[in-house]
Amino acid sequence: MTRLLLGLLVALAPLGAETIVIQNANVMTVTKGTFKGSIVITDGKIVEAGEKVTVPEGAIKIDAANQYVIPGIIDCHSHIAIDGGVNEGSVSDSSMVNIRDVLDPEDIAIYRALAGGVTTANILHGSANPIGGCTLPIKLRWGKDAQEMIFKGATPGIKFALGENPKSAGNPQGGRGGGTVQARYPATRMGVEDVIRESFNEAKAYKAEWDDYNAKVARGEHGLIPPRTDLRLEPLKEVLEGKRYVHAHCYRADEILMLLRIADDYGFKIRTLQHALEGYKVADEIAAHGAGASTFSDWWSYKVEAFDAIPYNAAMMVKRGIVVSVNSDDAELMRHLNTEAAKAMKYGGLTENEALSLVTINPAKQLGIDNRVGSIEPGKDADLVIYDKDPMSDYAKVQKVLIDGTVYFDRDTDVSNRAAKAAEKQKLLEKERQNQPRGGRGARGGQGGQAL
Amino acid sequence: MRLAAILLVSAAAAGAASKEVILIHNADVYPVTGAPMKGVSVLIQDGKIADIGAKIAPVKGERIVEAKGLRVYPGMLDSGTELGLSEISGVRVTVDTGELGEFMPQLKAIIAVNPDSEHFGVVRVNGITSVMTFPSSGGGGGGGGGRFGGGQRQIIAGQAALIHTDGWTWEEMEINRSAAMHLIFPAIAGRGGRGGNLDFGPDLIPGAAGGSYTQARRTYEQQIAQLTAFFDDARKYRKARAANIPGFVRDLKFEAMLPVLDRKMPVAISASRASSIHDAIAFAEKQNIRIVILQPREVGKVAAELKAKNIPVILGRVLALPETEDSPYDEAFTLPSEVYKAGIKFAFGTFDNEFVRNLPYQAATAVAFGLPYDEALKAITINPAEIWGASDKIGSVEKGKVADLMVTDGDPLAIQTQVKHLYVRGDEVPLTNKQTRLYERYNTRQ
Repeated sequence: MTRLLLGLLVALAPLGAETIVIQNANVMTVTKGTFKGSIVITDGKIVEAGEKVTVPEGAIKIDAANQYVIPGIIDCHSHIAIDGGVNEGSVSDSSMVNIRDVLDPEDIAIYRALAGGVTTANILHGSANPIGGCTLPIKLRWGKDAQEMIFKGATPGIKFALGENPKSAGNPQGGRGGGTVQARYPATRMGVEDVIRESFNEAKAYKAEWDDYNAKVARGEHGLIPPRTDLRLEPLKEVLEGKRYVHAHCYRADEILMLLRIADDYGFKIRTLQHALEGYKVADEIAAHGAGASTFSDWWSYKVEAFDAIPYNAAMMVKRGIVVSVNSDDAELMRHLNTEAAKAMKYGGLTENEALSLVTINPAKQLGIDNRVGSIEPGKDADLVIYDKDPMSDYAKVQKVLIDGTVYFDRDTDVSNRAAKAAEKQKLLEKERQNQPRGGRGARGGQGGQAL
Repeated sequence: MRLAAILLVSAAAAGAASKEVILIHNADVYPVTGAPMKGVSVLIQDGKIADIGAKIAPVKGERIVEAKGLRVYPGMLDSGTELGLSEISGVRVTVDTGELGEFMPQLKAIIAVNPDSEHFGVVRVNGITSVMTFPSSGGGGGGGGGRFGGGQRQIIAGQAALIHTDGWTWEEMEINRSAAMHLIFPAIAGRGGRGGNLDFGPDLIPGAAGGSYTQARRTYEQQIAQLTAFFDDARKYRKARAANIPGFVRDLKFEAMLPVLDRKMPVAISASRASSIHDAIAFAEKQNIRIVILQPREVGKVAAELKAKNIPVILGRVLALPETEDSPYDEAFTLPSEVYKAGIKFAFGTFDNEFVRNLPYQAATAVAFGLPYDEALKAITINPAEIWGASDKIGSVEKGKVADLMVTDGDPLAIQTQVKHLYVRGDEVPLTNKQTRLYERYNTRQ
């Protein structure tokens, strides 16, 4: 029956749709076990995955003998692909700004993350203000424009931030800029709480105005003047309506609890606690609220609020029933999230599959895109990573990365293209040199005649 | 008075005698300097490795640690840390790495090592038994803390110490308090070490860099001249000192330079780019000093020079971003393999207290990208012990060496591997720390 249905699907696929089969691989589906077998991809979607599959005629075959395939890695916290500053720090609540407007599809960090197996990333505003800007997940379709990178259909988010970072603007001498910078409220965790409460107080009233207006319109009343649209309150209204996810930067247990209580009071949910380095201290409260937690594997000690961070955090929160992911927050770390996740096996004893879930299905759930990505199942997007060894090993290297069934990274191609790229660069430099007027330098000798 | 002295002596003797005799029984021993030995035992006595073998005569009072199926390795050595000097990197008052002043050879890292720093416990549970701890730049309101190569202008930062990661006092922890003099080599493109983010482009396109290059060049030349003058002055001092002129007054800065001038203490030079490394080598030749290069980010053009002059390098983080936008994505991953193939002696350093515990995983990444496994293991054990002049004491599992050992349940470079026992100077160190205590405490929260 299933076979027949799949056959139909294949037949219905548009003419010229490409079919790819990854064969002989160790397939780690995350949700449906691990097996030696194949994955059939048609039109960018996984149509079949199993020990034995039907290989459609004319399918392009990728032999992955002795290799491992996992779903594309999802980074729930990244600041790559942003054009210019990541913080609009001038106000305490900057919910009116949106990462969507500043996506930079040419950021080399995208390609490097791709080479580390990341296919989807949640691109976030910084942590300078209690309520930061609007966020969204992207797919790392390197070479495409900004619009084509956006993960269509994903629920957008908004960044909140608690603790030392939003406080520092209120304490300019302790933070950026020195004493000449005017302090910006808040300067304490008390103030951070108040800023968020004040904004939701306004958002609630704003939503009531709109609800009232919409109800009247629905009743057929005419000649009404709609409420004035408020670009700052609009995203918060969406939060209250469950249409926008809150991703909140936080460290300490007290501030985590504080935020959960604001959300309880105003009737919305915190989708993810980002970093949540002390999440393990209030894991039961987080689980009860239903928030996810996205943390670092083993960062600690870089500031006071990170001094009680422990590498057991992820495993402890998993064991208390929280949906947990491991994120990067960093363009370098983003390139090896597989082994960052593996650390939860060492610290806290997660199984290999539980560890792999931290960077695949769990962040997909946190971003509300688990119907599309995060595991290898028929019907899901063909976002896949092929490794030469078990991806939970620090000896593993990414060989190929596919997004929507298209190969976006291939290590062999990358390596074999290097000589040609170096030659092209040399040629361009030569040309640039010839275009420049000679003389006026003479500063080169001291370098021992070496090119810098 | 006499009595007090006797008491003191006997107390000290009692202290030494109370060191436990331990037999690690029936383990697989990986000495690093030789072939692995299956099913042998290691006897630890007086803090040293007293014997290794299949059959060791029982020693009275020995404690037997059953280790069937476990492996014994030398404890690992991280060649670039600020351990003991920096607690919370973002809080200046907890950071003692960066002093003021450009030429400060008299500063000694060892006297500022806090044996109770939480970092020691954290790195020990992952098998790190010794580290090089460096004074570095970033002094006086550095704010973000004394990161290598960042912060304030400093050229000679002081003396780096080679220490054990366990001990009641810094005196007990000492292996060599003056293992190296840290010199942050002036560079045109930013500073040495981790700095160097400023890039004036390949071979400086004429006119493009404008005045900023000229200015940077001038500053660089001034610093090199200052550095040369400082060494010249130190030599004059040595001469005056030898001549024993009446009224001669000791100068602590120049006193500290004497072992450097006598080639007894190596100079650890932070230099990241090939051009800086080349200049550093030229400087060392002229000054007739021994050097070790810290954190090179490229060696291509100077590889032959490093090999020919037998200059070791301490590789920084393997898990690092490429230097420039158009560098290969795996540039830092493949550097260790490149250095190895060039025949250069090398060891690994993490250059950040936060990541010292990940030293073996940095080495593993180098293996994934071409470095032979055995060489990776050597680069965190025997190689650094040799580079820092302590291979008679540490770096391998050999009879007569200090018993700095880790007992693991598998390959120490693999993330999932657990350290089951750890010995520092022959003492079994509990595998607990601030983090395991928080884990235990909150794991039992009802």
